[in-house]
Amino acid sequence: MQQSNAYIITFSVILTVVLGLLLSGTSQVLGPMQREAIALDKKKQILGAVISGEEIEAMTPEQINEYYSKRISSIVVDISGKEVSEDAGSPVTAETVDIAKNYKKPADERLFPVFIFLGEGGSDDVQSYIFPLYGAGLWDAIWGFIALDTDMNTVGGITLAHAGETPGLGARITESGVQERYVGKKVFDESGDLVAVQMMKGEGKDYSGDEHKVDGMSGATITANGVNNMLRSYLSHYEAFIKEKSSSTAVAGL
Amino acid sequence: MSAETLEKAIEKKPAEALFSKRRKKLVSDPLVDENPITIQVLGICSALAVTTQMKPTLVMAISVIFVVVMSNLAISLLRNTIPSRVRIIVQLAVVATLVTLVSELLKAFAYDMYKELSVFVGLIITNCIVMGRLEAFALGNKPYDSVLDGLGSALGYSWIILAVAFFRELWGSGAVFGIPVFEYVSSIFGPDFKLATNGLMVSPVGAFIILGLIIWVQRTKTGYVEH
Repeated sequence: MQQSNAYIITFSVILTVVLGLLLSGTSQVLGPMQREAIALDKKKQILGAVISGEEIEAMTPEQINEYYSKRISSIVVDISGKEVSEDAGSPVTAETVDIAKNYKKPADERLFPVFIFLGEGGSDDVQSYIFPLYGAGLWDAIWGFIALDTDMNTVGGITLAHAGETPGLGARITESGVQERYVGKKVFDESGDLVAVQMMKGEGKDYSGDEHKVDGMSGATITANGVNNMLRSYLSHYEAFIKEKSSSTAVAGL
Repeated sequence: MSAETLEKAIEKKPAEALFSKRRKKLVSDPLVDENPITIQVLGICSALAVTTQMKPTLVMAISVIFVVVMSNLAISLLRNTIPSRVRIIVQLAVVATLVTLVSELLKAFAYDMYKELSVFVGLIITNCIVMGRLEAFALGNKPYDSVLDGLGSALGYSWIILAVAFFRELWGSGAVFGIPVFEYVSSIFGPDFKLATNGLMVSPVGAFIILGLIIWVQRTKTGYVEH
């Protein structure tokens, strides 16, 4: 009796509607909290490029928000390094620029956020510039933030994250031990050409004598290549901005 | 199955105690004698993947307990209305909804955990333990018994993955729940003494080894043999 087609269809429809309402309701209720969590996570990643992971872990979400608003200022530039204040009529802020969405556009149409890490001294006391990165690893997207010191050449720090690299192999890019290998490396060579920093194949070699190379991750060469490509392409997109900043600080230095 | 339900109906004529012997067995059997991981060897995928550290493992265990118990309850409540021809997809819909709920909650309240567990929370849907309990038990039993049965199976799964995670984190990272035990122990024996960690334990291979050892020890003790 209850096995008639009509019964089955009615049952399925009711079940679908009830479960659907339950899920969309939850999503509505939790939505604001999830967006907050995502924004906080982004701030943590940005700060991770300039301060150590343990320091961030020790902070409460409120402290992170406060630290971020005090120590990070941000601008948005285009590919020629000019500051952009609005996009298609609406004002843009660096925090709301979706790097992943911009990645799909051609490079000269993208918006490029720049996060500026300030010292205790306020807005004139620039410590480093933080640039977002985005690219493809072996299985899925990889992204991160790289901090350049005020000489616009030395890497102050890097954070890397991934959506689905192999645990224990490519996923190791999130480890602080791997990320620390980048600290102190240079992205421009002596003649001022962009060479970025390359993660090499194989692991366990000492590259401390080479300013543009870091030790690789054993078994994760394709992820490492992804990181290399991502670094190179994003640094080249920011090159105009970087060059402008480095020449202006050189003038200020005189 | 019909004989079984008939038997139950007769058995339950006088109101059964809330924690009768039979009901206690529902919870305690899957802990050791009918353990879903070590005896039935179900749910291995997540047992290998999330057990590098205790903390995500605990979150995973709690998520699985929630999903198994709630889906057992829901399916058991609906058991007389679910058309048998679409019962699998109905179970799947209920399980998927619960898993999505867990995932959304983690995303809102424990974003770091959400990132770390990533796909494995979603993969609870395909965890054989969940569907296995729905098919084998919840469809033919009353809600309270089904909840107990789900709780037993989920706890059986949980203690095993927590045990695996304990050894993997201890030997692989020298810590328990993120507390650097090795560092502390090393410092007792002087500055030059350092307990080494084993990288193998961090990789999934480590989980296979630990799990194998647990199964070996358990089967030696209980004398269980595969038929």
